[in-house]
Amino acid sequence: MKENDAFIEYRPGESLPLSQIPRMHYYDFYNQASLEIDRQAQVVHYFPLEDGGKKLLLLVLRKKSLHHKLLIGAAYAVNDAISFTVRSKMFHLFEREIMEELNLRLHGHPWPKPLRKEIQNYKLFTLQGSEVHEVGVGPVHAGVIEPGHFRFSAVGEEVKFLEIQLGYQHRGIEKLLPTLSLARMPTLIEGVAGDSAVSLALLFANVIEGLTLGGGEGQGLPKSTADSILRTLALELERSCNHIGDLGALSGDVAFLPAAAYFGRMRGEVLNLLLQLSGNRFGKNLIRPFSYRIPLTKERAVTIIKKIDEVKREVEEVGALLFSTPSVLARFEHIGVLAHTTALKLGVVGVAARASNIDYDVRRDYPYEYYHDINVPVRSLAAGDVLSRARIRYQESIDALIISKNLLNHWISLDERATRAVAVPTLSASSLVISLCEAWRGEMSLAAVTDSKGAIVKIKIKDPSFHNWAGLAYAMRGGEISDFPLCNKSFNLSYCGVDL
Amino acid sequence: MYQILWNRFKQGKRTHAYPKAPLELPEMYRGLPLIQGSDKGEEAATHCPQQAIFSSSIDLGKCIFCGECEQRSNSEFVRFSNCFEMSTNTREELIVSEYRSIDAKSCLGRKSIRELFGRSFQLRQVSAGGCNACESDINVLNTPFFDLARFGVQIVASPRHADGLMITGPVTLNMKHALLKTYNATPAPKLVIAVGSCAIAGGPFYDSPEVIGGVDELLPVDLFIPGCPPHPMTILSAIVNYLSLHH
Repeated sequence: MKENDAFIEYRPGESLPLSQIPRMHYYDFYNQASLEIDRQAQVVHYFPLEDGGKKLLLLVLRKKSLHHKLLIGAAYAVNDAISFTVRSKMFHLFEREIMEELNLRLHGHPWPKPLRKEIQNYKLFTLQGSEVHEVGVGPVHAGVIEPGHFRFSAVGEEVKFLEIQLGYQHRGIEKLLPTLSLARMPTLIEGVAGDSAVSLALLFANVIEGLTLGGGEGQGLPKSTADSILRTLALELERSCNHIGDLGALSGDVAFLPAAAYFGRMRGEVLNLLLQLSGNRFGKNLIRPFSYRIPLTKERAVTIIKKIDEVKREVEEVGALLFSTPSVLARFEHIGVLAHTTALKLGVVGVAARASNIDYDVRRDYPYEYYHDINVPVRSLAAGDVLSRARIRYQESIDALIISKNLLNHWISLDERATRAVAVPTLSASSLVISLCEAWRGEMSLAAVTDSKGAIVKIKIKDPSFHNWAGLAYAMRGGEISDFPLCNKSFNLSYCGVDL
Repeated sequence: MYQILWNRFKQGKRTHAYPKAPLELPEMYRGLPLIQGSDKGEEAATHCPQQAIFSSSIDLGKCIFCGECEQRSNSEFVRFSNCFEMSTNTREELIVSEYRSIDAKSCLGRKSIRELFGRSFQLRQVSAGGCNACESDINVLNTPFFDLARFGVQIVASPRHADGLMITGPVTLNMKHALLKTYNATPAPKLVIAVGSCAIAGGPFYDSPEVIGGVDELLPVDLFIPGCPPHPMTILSAIVNYLSLHH
């Protein structure tokens, strides 16, 4: 039985004719969506769309009680309509994006500041008080990092408020995408965040495959198990190398140099495995719609398995060292705590959510590619501090190596290992597809919309960092400025993934 | 303490002897492309997502090394070798053809520059947009395998301490101001190194109105390092060659 007629249930990856999306007046929509939010629904997407000359706001929600399905609802945008952020903080960035893109106001939005445009003219938030002092960092940082501005308002060493201003990397990706050929789109999408290139390319491939298969034109090729396994393998290697790298960076931030050096090198070993798969250390140019571009040979698969065993053993050895060193534990424990209730309210996803006891992993809850057949261990811890995030990264990096090895062994045992041929797909017209994946930072999603001729008119990309930056700002409150690098690294969010 | 020592012993020495000993990258790695002939050049050009191929030449400044032209031409137009040494002093030299390839060994800085910065060269990295892959592969130059510091080359925290800038990204409009300020804060004489296809020609973001599409539109560039991202060894070898640090 449907709980709510205002929303349609939707399985990620399937093509949905735009005409089937229920459209409402904004105020009805607001009330219905609020009901869902009270029932613990979380935002996946909320973005504007051209609809017969009018602007439609498309809302995508997920809910624990809905197995493998999302809720989609929509309303026409009106100026000065009441803001969702008033009720629920997880809408904060989504609504800022909508206000910026449509150039409208949302009534009651607590912080309608620029997200990507005209950030230079924006005056940062100021905390009043005779004891308050400010520390500004960025956009050019002391390390080799992406640009972003952090403004701490502190009393003594205690951070009262942290403002994070991004937008410096705004490359106009979403505006550029619909003007490109289908062949160029994936290279641009992989450029959204290079450290998540495999996940991004997979989402794009899944969306195009969904749009094609839904067309009923017989254009779609049957899914090949071999390719699905290899795609999943690339995703797990991407997860593993990034988590290992983060463990190294965390060690470096507390000046535990042995682990920093070892993990740093081991991350390189896993990047080299991605290189063995794709010819690129970040797995770029590997996954394309209906294709897994670079065939794997049995010999290379065997070499990769051997290397995985070696790296796994080393990660375990250095992990044991890291998590048993008292000076490290003293710096990791109780630092940058993100409470469970705060994480839920902000809609935090991925490692950061699981470290705050939120049991959510797209691989298990909305399985895609070969995850239908894998029992993914979902790790969660309760403390919400730097130590919890580090431990979860550690466990997930080991899990990812184990899953990778199993996948390779399974692939070798297959009778049919050949990769698919590339087809030029015809896309179904006036449709929407949303695909989800658990990138190494958390839930990542991509939505594509076609016009009446089957041409892509909109691609909306959401990096997990879009949900999580607020989590970092909250975790810093009451902490010391000197803990910021450590805290920042434990979340390790993407700047470019948000700036688009 | 014993565990630290035990781990140290187990890890051993991991730094590669390059350039004293040659380093072979895996065969899968797509490095310097070698143009085989002009027959299939035109057809390969139609498949290039970067519009980097014209009259059977490849502009490595635009190229993202995806290998589409190699696959589509059955290696008849081009074959990507596993040679990682590729860097040039000028933008034009990045265009390779059947008759002209890149000789990274001859990509040298002026004698006065080499004498001034050889053995002690401090760089400030500026991320001017991009996708963070170049930044990641610059960061790993500090890991034990590459160990850039053994050549006396360091990445420093302030432009005031730097002898040059290592710039990544297509230079977004939102980063233009910060990039110019950082450049002006660096004392002369200073070098500018453009790392990655974004910093050279906008990379995958070319034609976007939100990016300038190349550092050399704004600043004089001394060293071009192609790739998407360049392999860490490409970056390391470029600096080693430019300052003649192999002795």
